[in-house]
Amino acid sequence: MIKEFVCISCPRGCNLKVDTETLKVEGNSCPRGEAYGKAEVTNPVRTITSTVKIKGAESPRVSVRTDKPISKQLMFKVMEELDKVELKAPCKVGDIVIKGIFGTDVNIVVTKEMKGV
Amino acid sequence: MKYDVAIIGAGITGSSIAFELSKYDLKVVLLERENDVAMKTTKANSAIIHAGYDPKEGTKMARLNVLGSSLIHDYAEKLNFHYKQIGSLVVGRNEKDHEIIDKLFERGNKNGVPNLKVLKTRKEIEDLGETNLHEDIDYALYAPSAAIVSPWEMCLSFAENAVKNGVALKLNCKVNDITKVGDSFEIETSLGKVESDYVINAAGTHADDIYKLVLKEKADKSFTIVPSRGEYYLLDKDEGNLVHHVIFQTPTEMGKGVLVSQTVHGNLIVGPDADINNATKDCVHNTSKSMAYVRSTSVLSVPSISFGSNIRNFAGIRATLKEYDDFLIEESNEVKGFINFAGIKSPGLSCGPAFGLEAVEILKGIGVQLNKKKDYEYVRRPTFFKDLSDDEKLEMIKKDSRYGQVICRCETVTEGEIIHAMHEIIPARTLDGIKRRVNSGMGRCQGGFCGPKIFELLMEELHLSYDQIYQDREGSQVVVCRTKGEN
Amino acid sequence: MNFLNVDLLIIGGGPAGLAAAYGAYNAGIRDILIVERDHRLGGILNQCIHNGFGLHRFKEELTGPEYAQRYIDMLKDTSVKVVSDSMVLDLSADRVATIMSSKEGLRKIQGKAVVLAMGCRERSRGAISIPGDRVAGVYTAGAAQKYCNIDGYLVGKRVVILGSGDIGLIMARRMTLEGAKVLADVELMPYSNGLNRNIAQCLNDFDIPLYLSHTVTDIIADEDNKRVKKVVISKVDENRRPIPGSEVEFECDTLLLSVGLIPENELSTKAGVILDKRTRGPLVKDNLETSVEGIFACGNVLQVHDLVDNVSAEGERAGLGAANFINNGEVKGDLVEAVPGEGVSYLCPQLITKEGEYVDLFFRVRTPTSNCKIVAKVGDKVVRSIPKIKVIPSEMESIRIKKADLLDKKVVVQLEAK
Repeated sequence: MIKEFVCISCPRGCNLKVDTETLKVEGNSCPRGEAYGKAEVTNPVRTITSTVKIKGAESPRVSVRTDKPISKQLMFKVMEELDKVELKAPCKVGDIVIKGIFGTDVNIVVTKEMKGV
Repeated sequence: MKYDVAIIGAGITGSSIAFELSKYDLKVVLLERENDVAMKTTKANSAIIHAGYDPKEGTKMARLNVLGSSLIHDYAEKLNFHYKQIGSLVVGRNEKDHEIIDKLFERGNKNGVPNLKVLKTRKEIEDLGETNLHEDIDYALYAPSAAIVSPWEMCLSFAENAVKNGVALKLNCKVNDITKVGDSFEIETSLGKVESDYVINAAGTHADDIYKLVLKEKADKSFTIVPSRGEYYLLDKDEGNLVHHVIFQTPTEMGKGVLVSQTVHGNLIVGPDADINNATKDCVHNTSKSMAYVRSTSVLSVPSISFGSNIRNFAGIRATLKEYDDFLIEESNEVKGFINFAGIKSPGLSCGPAFGLEAVEILKGIGVQLNKKKDYEYVRRPTFFKDLSDDEKLEMIKKDSRYGQVICRCETVTEGEIIHAMHEIIPARTLDGIKRRVNSGMGRCQGGFCGPKIFELLMEELHLSYDQIYQDREGSQVVVCRTKGEN
Repeated sequence: MNFLNVDLLIIGGGPAGLAAAYGAYNAGIRDILIVERDHRLGGILNQCIHNGFGLHRFKEELTGPEYAQRYIDMLKDTSVKVVSDSMVLDLSADRVATIMSSKEGLRKIQGKAVVLAMGCRERSRGAISIPGDRVAGVYTAGAAQKYCNIDGYLVGKRVVILGSGDIGLIMARRMTLEGAKVLADVELMPYSNGLNRNIAQCLNDFDIPLYLSHTVTDIIADEDNKRVKKVVISKVDENRRPIPGSEVEFECDTLLLSVGLIPENELSTKAGVILDKRTRGPLVKDNLETSVEGIFACGNVLQVHDLVDNVSAEGERAGLGAANFINNGEVKGDLVEAVPGEGVSYLCPQLITKEGEYVDLFFRVRTPTSNCKIVAKVGDKVVRSIPKIKVIPSEMESIRIKKADLLDKKVVVQLEAK
């Protein structure tokens, strides 16, 4: 079966056609598109960006992300885990908030430097 | 405590009356069901102080308009609210318009409007700086005493002077029942019972509902208020200089037309229509039909209005009386000591302080002892920070560094001013309450940038939690919950 | 009042201003001051916590705050100075800025050159005259984003979004992930104004329906007139007029608006800078100098971008332009006018100098068009033609033209069928 996707790897948003059996990808303009197309029919993944609570900083939230894409199915579960986190300022870009979430190789990392106040 | 006078409604009518009565040795209470003053008709209108040629000669409207217009001129200076006497023009384009304008001129003279003049050529009109009017326009009634005002600021100013001088203001105080007991009144409110010898009903669109409470089984003796909705456009300051006077169209049987004017803050206001079919007493909504009417009608006087520069639409509700074309201001025949100020539609805003004088006369007439206070202390509105000189600005920042922090970038409103607004005589506790006092969020981005900042300031300064911060009316929460499962 | 002189004064410390500082510094300017109204540098990137930034500039995918940090780090240990929490109240044609802050009070600072980098603001409910009740619960997507990502609040739990610009799409996903129910995204045009990837990952991933050719025709308040209770949408005809009878109602507490951005040019106007009616930003030469000598502009104050990478590139060019001005003075010589032709809604820069080998003209097309070509013409002569499989208004396009080919007073860029 041929499935159609819009590639989310870059702002270009190529229209991909992926053969679910042969995993052949068409319509991509770059290798990232091919990888994305394959993943969409095998194990779709997404980068999750959100915030966690932080104390002692200029604002009560600091932004975080998964440092690589994680299984799409885990999105809301990751959000639940993030609810449980509370950081203390200071922190900087790249600080690991949760290491290897749900036993994967994906870490939750800070994306914004927060100085203590 | 038993009051001498209870005033119901803290719009321009009630606030002006409270202001005037606060000059006498009287115990006065001002009851308002909303969480701030000037919350209904007073905050959504054309913001014009009319000269007074419009009302029919001999009416209360005519007399109070002309008197009010001159009083407001003086009070604006004394109390420092935004007001600008820019004059008005009723513009016309054909024989029929000319006749009507001539009649308005005569009527205005009879009403005592000062310095009216009929401009009979296009050139005379253009000489006043009005070069953007429709090319057909060749005739105009010029009323130099007409002015523009910040209506909520004027109302707030009168109310705060009243409070400063002893009037008790009860906000969030809805009147549920009124009963005459002996020579005085018992008013049941959402904040408990209030007792008073006299009641002044200044409840705007709800004046009939309030009157019916005291009439009890004689409710059929009440007048009827018909709400009339009027819609407006408020354009960016880029458009503010399109006209330099209030531009009215010649009134016809079809209606008064719509006006185009600068506002005291430099924007351009265009409107209103008058719709009684889609109006309720409390709900102010905009409809595409009315907005289309305002657009298509206004360009008949100023063709180059750029509606693409609109920053806000709003609608106002006016309290018109059924089958009665004047203000109804009198002591009730049915219930002695109960005084109605009803049907206060346009030019109600222009009367303002004249309502106060009228209330004094009525109270005197029914035998109330009125002695002027010896020591009366006027309070002035703070001047907007952005209007101060550089030296004055520096001085303010030196005294309180929060005046150096701009919160509303469109209108250059500082943190200092916003904090001050929360601690005024009648303090602001909502985003729109702050807006009415200091102009934050009035500009191009309409609070998109400053809203979240003022939200934070309100919480910090007044030690409130997020669910206690309202956009405007009590309960109109700005945010509904915290993220991350936080309470 | 204190009076200060600097070589380069940059107004705004968002992506455009930071890049301008970087560009000018690399061109040898050392005395650079960035004035930032907020507490921290980075501007709107600070609340754009989603990923998708930096693929062009840094060849990797960053979130907004990470992207900002890259530039902040690139300026670290340089002589570039920053004053934050400082608002420029006024700017004159002789490049004197009146700057206010709590710490310093009022100061006047004159730059040998000035770069305008104030960004843009969102269009609000009034800008598009949405009918209905006037109650709490109507927000711009950006305001909701600030509440959510910086302050940690949700503005509502059941949400309808008007406009399919990228901020609206991003907020659909953000609010959904944070537990709100996004009922619909409603777009007036028959096509989306956001990037395709955002439709895919922000709407489709969460089964949020996109209503194209629809608009909000009524906002209904609750009984107490406190908050939005219902939003009514209608289908629109080809003239974008609502079709009676096509109404769909949504029970919701919030309407988010993502209906366009407008360059924030109050200061530019004060300095006498002439604006282009099409972009609503300053009219500039290809060195990004405005109509006022020594005042340059870049980023969203100049033209609304869809990619921050392009903002940075433009910022660096403005910094370079300002540096050249400081070192060598005004670029002399005749100017060629860049005129948008058929199918092209604007061109930026609008004027082309003789300096340099080529010029990149940026623009947007008016409507989505397939199988077409972008053509630059001088007189009747085609000087450049680029075939395109598809162009859409939401993606900024550009065309590079050799200056040697500009042998007339103007160059026209237009869209033609293949």
